[in-house]
Amino acid sequence: MERELIRLENVAKSFGNLLVLDEIDLSIRESEFITLLGPSGCGKTTMLRIIGGFETPDTGRVIFDGKDITNLPPNRRPINTVFQKYSLFSHMNVEENIAFGPKIAGKSSDYIRDKIKYALKLVNLEGYEKHDVTKLSGGQQQRIAIARAVVNEPKVLLLDEPLSALDLKLRRNMRRELVRINKETGITFIFVTHDQEEALSMSDRVVVMNQGYIQQVGTPENVYNEPENAFVADFIGDSNIIDGVMVRDKVVRIFGREYPCVDEGFPAECPVDVQIRPEDIKLAAPSEGAFNGVVTRVVFWGMSYDINVEADGFEWLVQSTTGRTVGEEVSLHVAPENIQIMSKPQSEDEEVAHDV
Amino acid sequence: MMFNLNTRNFLLTPFLIWAGLFIFIPLVFIVWYGVTDYDGNFSLTNVGLIFERGYLDALELSIALALISTVICLLLAYPLCLILTERRRDNSTIISLLFILPLWMNSLLSTMAWQTILEGNGIINQFMRLLSLPDLHMINTEGAIVLGMVYNYLPYMVLPLYISLTKIDKRILEAARDLGANSWQTFTKIILPLTIPGAISGITMVFIPALTTFVISALLGGGKLLLIGNIIEQEFTFQYDWHVGCALSVILMVFIVLNMLLTAAFDTSHEEEDF
Repeated sequence: MERELIRLENVAKSFGNLLVLDEIDLSIRESEFITLLGPSGCGKTTMLRIIGGFETPDTGRVIFDGKDITNLPPNRRPINTVFQKYSLFSHMNVEENIAFGPKIAGKSSDYIRDKIKYALKLVNLEGYEKHDVTKLSGGQQQRIAIARAVVNEPKVLLLDEPLSALDLKLRRNMRRELVRINKETGITFIFVTHDQEEALSMSDRVVVMNQGYIQQVGTPENVYNEPENAFVADFIGDSNIIDGVMVRDKVVRIFGREYPCVDEGFPAECPVDVQIRPEDIKLAAPSEGAFNGVVTRVVFWGMSYDINVEADGFEWLVQSTTGRTVGEEVSLHVAPENIQIMSKPQSEDEEVAHDV
Repeated sequence: MMFNLNTRNFLLTPFLIWAGLFIFIPLVFIVWYGVTDYDGNFSLTNVGLIFERGYLDALELSIALALISTVICLLLAYPLCLILTERRRDNSTIISLLFILPLWMNSLLSTMAWQTILEGNGIINQFMRLLSLPDLHMINTEGAIVLGMVYNYLPYMVLPLYISLTKIDKRILEAARDLGANSWQTFTKIILPLTIPGAISGITMVFIPALTTFVISALLGGGKLLLIGNIIEQEFTFQYDWHVGCALSVILMVFIVLNMLLTAAFDTSHEEEDF
């Protein structure tokens, strides 16, 4: 495992009466690509701004490489930021924008020239030195913003929803580019997004946040396949979340029926949230599966169909590569290993945010 | 626009008539009087008067005082506007009102108020005597005139500068900080270049009235320090010599046009950043 570079210790922050971050403990490793994922207002941007030095936490500490940097201003941190709207200096050309940091740091003009070349090559914009930044496309401005940041050889690069202003194709492209730059430079990337697809496809680790609290930290596979609570299950990907009761180890009761699963360690008769991914549900002929139901809605997405099935008064979401017709009688089948059992939230803060 | 060309031209007519009657024709008259002698023949003698001692001194003094006032306004306005933009969210309406307020007052009135504050038996000197300190000679000095100009024209510097400052995205300043710039470097490398258009209009709006004023210099200069505006006024009201008055006005106009051309040149070279 890579060594720890940044540690947030019990960080909390409020704006006026609004608590935006609370009890944040997080360890960020050297060279990793870590994503802060959550709905708007979950505190992810504030967390990024605290790491960048643009906000000071009300309580807690920010440790960088073993040193407390909680009160260090942004210009004295070995951290650079790629802002959401790029924030390029419109009165300077591409070259002057990139040279801004090294010039302030008092580097020689030879060094700066080499660095500009290297940075532009890194972002695939060789030869753009003299271009006017206001005349570049959104994607190009984004690349310049990245070049302007990495040219300072920061230990950490903070990226605040940098892809949100780009169109879909460009966004996909930039995702690959960012991962490549991360691997090539070895700079730690802290990436903020509300887009779960972005988070899953780019990150080494994902930090899922909601209402100022960290909900789960893990690899993309980890947070997708083994969400720790209903919020994570609901926010990342599509989920059927059902109230259930644990009967004993490896047996859960849903809709009055005992059903085999693989989870253990819950007390007997303990209420739980049961998560089943729509792609894990197989549709079968009536009575062949565990639950009988009726198809209520079919939506074609290109790669697959979203099929709603009403069974036992619950609206199941099923994803299938074969279509069905509305009104058709079907039954649902789920393999025991695809049933994820989660503890019920203990406090209101962990409650599922249904509006996301 | 939604108007077609014909409608637009039609709507423009009242303004064109106005401009012709009250701007263009008077201008032609001024130039005409300026370059003719009393018999109506073409002559540059009156224009040439500017090179004579009294007139040249007044012009030089006018330019010098206008420049000094403009620079002082600029130096006062920048920190003020920076503070105003910083506090935009909370109580800035009151603060900005305080600086707009002098605009609502008759400038003659406020200049006369300065007269009573600065004069020999004025408020300041009465206070000095109360403290048994020697009197200060303030009225009828160049300093008093500059003070009057700065007091009257500062809002014209503050407004355009404030507007151009509020147009700067806060994230741009954060980006500069992020890239290692301290507050001073952020100011000189980012804020200053981005507010040049605002500063330029401020400079024009302060320099021109300061160059042409005769009220401020008459009241605070006590008729001893003559600016070019006072001389022109005297030519018209005491000497009844319209030819000399107009000739001097034309010369003053040349300086104003020069100033505007200079600032316009600056403005276009920075226009792109304003998009």
